[in-house]
Amino acid sequence: MAAEAPLRARRPALRWKSRPPGSATTARRTAADRRLGYLLVAPVLILLLLVTAYPLIYNLWNSFHFVNLSFGALPHKFVGGQNYTKMFTSSAWLAALERTLAFTVVSVVLDTIAAIGLALMLHRKFRGRGVLRAAVLIPWAVPTVVSAMLWKTMFDPRSGFVDYFLGALHPSWASITWLNASVWRSWTVIFIADAWKNVPFIAIILLAGLQVIPTDIYEAARIDGAGTVETFWRLTLPLLKPALMVAVIFRTLQALLVFDVIYIMTGGGPGNSTQTLSFLNYQTFITSLDFGYGGAISVMLVVMALVISYVIVRAFRPRT
Amino acid sequence: MTATADTTAMSVPSATPRRARRRRGTLGQVLFYLGVIIAIVISLFPFYWILRTSLESNAQISAGVGGSNGIVPSHLSFSAYIDVFSKQDFLTPLLNSIIVALVNTVVTVIVASLAGYALARLDIRGAGAILAFILLAGFFPVLAMVGPLFLLLKNLGLLDNVYPLIVVYLVYTLPITTWLLKNFFEQIPRELEEAAMVDGATRLQTLRKVVIPVAVPAVFTAGILAFILAWNDFAFAVSFLVTPAHFTAPLAIVTFGESQFQVFYNLIDAAVVIISIPIALLVLLAQRRIVSGLTAGSFR
Repeated sequence: MAAEAPLRARRPALRWKSRPPGSATTARRTAADRRLGYLLVAPVLILLLLVTAYPLIYNLWNSFHFVNLSFGALPHKFVGGQNYTKMFTSSAWLAALERTLAFTVVSVVLDTIAAIGLALMLHRKFRGRGVLRAAVLIPWAVPTVVSAMLWKTMFDPRSGFVDYFLGALHPSWASITWLNASVWRSWTVIFIADAWKNVPFIAIILLAGLQVIPTDIYEAARIDGAGTVETFWRLTLPLLKPALMVAVIFRTLQALLVFDVIYIMTGGGPGNSTQTLSFLNYQTFITSLDFGYGGAISVMLVVMALVISYVIVRAFRPRT
Repeated sequence: MTATADTTAMSVPSATPRRARRRRGTLGQVLFYLGVIIAIVISLFPFYWILRTSLESNAQISAGVGGSNGIVPSHLSFSAYIDVFSKQDFLTPLLNSIIVALVNTVVTVIVASLAGYALARLDIRGAGAILAFILLAGFFPVLAMVGPLFLLLKNLGLLDNVYPLIVVYLVYTLPITTWLLKNFFEQIPRELEEAAMVDGATRLQTLRKVVIPVAVPAVFTAGILAFILAWNDFAFAVSFLVTPAHFTAPLAIVTFGESQFQVFYNLIDAAVVIISIPIALLVLLAQRRIVSGLTAGSFR
């Protein structure tokens, strides 16, 4: 509740919107402006509808039909809910769902905690802040291929730093195979590569949240004798809630849809043990060319993204 | 970081308040800088490691890290950087990526500027709903677009062609840049435009002569973000491209690894270093802009 006030106060633009209606020329101008406005917004709307609404509708249609290109151009037969029945009873889909949700929960919790720490560091004025900011921005800005290959190199038994370092601690740790050997080790490396790239972004969202908290509140807390820990729990964290909500939504959706890092680091292996929903969706579309079943998986992915975002928004809504 | 420092400091009630405060200050300070150093090392050391690996010869890669070839390599070799262009033809995918990202950036900046201006200033009905849709589109699952867009491109005969990606990548770039620019245009005083229009300029003339010059920094920020986002894609490229000559750079790098029996990380990492350079330069030159640009959509 209190947290929203400083955020609202930062909207200077609203003032201009409520201008009283002027003369006839102004009215004519407004109508012309509006027409121009639609014209200018149209390209964005058309392009974004093309890559969101169109796929959604097409996936929905495909999911109720048999559409499989590997069988050639067959007439698209209506199959009812078959693709959905197949999905909800498929052990591959259920396992991918379980893995994806587990990865999402672990990532969101640990990454958000790390990001809060990083945001607090970035928020403080100190010599070298620019260095820290640049250092953490680079991992976010480089392609996922870079972060994935970089950590693949780091964890390689022959070329990597990790086994070299561990080997110095204990000889038997010198050649641990991390990827595609053990399920847990594979997930550990995927988690590290993913967190390394995404924590900075979350930290920057939280930093923006920290920057809109007025400093005089801290002044008052200090005069009242509140310690740093108390100030953090009772002041910073509650006031950070709106930013935290945005951060958690961002991070949740990213983790829920994780694909690139899986493809590059493990290809879903060992076995299928790192196959996530997005990766399964990719394989169904591109490897199996099964657009009916893939459509069902996609529709479910969109529904999940919407439902989970809604739940997060509800969870963060201030209780009155 | 500082939080842990204070817990320990506060559990010493015997010290006088002033001494406690000073002690808390110093200890907190030490732990704070320790945290900063850890964050910087975690962020940058892996980059040192890939740079180091990229400068190893094939023989060093086969022998592995260890002995004299440790954190500092036993000797430096540029063979991987030569091989990546002579044996792997990394130049073609690199050029593909540069063209796609640059054209996408230009298109993004133009389209997003116009839409951002319209949403900020032209009193469109339903502007709120449009903005919400644009934001939502930014969250749309990429893999849920892949199937239908694959079929669309196939029907248009544009599969395995790098240029349609210019349009497809707009889904990454348009949401954030439109929001960013809309927020920026809202902050330009209306009086500035009204003065020009009283003098008889039309809306578009005002936009070109008055608003755009003022908006250059914001447009620049939008362009940087668009370039980074378009440069980074992997999912669409891996789904729509088949022939190596049509690959984007990130996709090409992944196939370098797949094509060998033994993985030569010097080769992969040389390519990784090459595609990281433009991004690292952008970040170093414009870190402040990037930070403010990234946060534009989230709170206003």
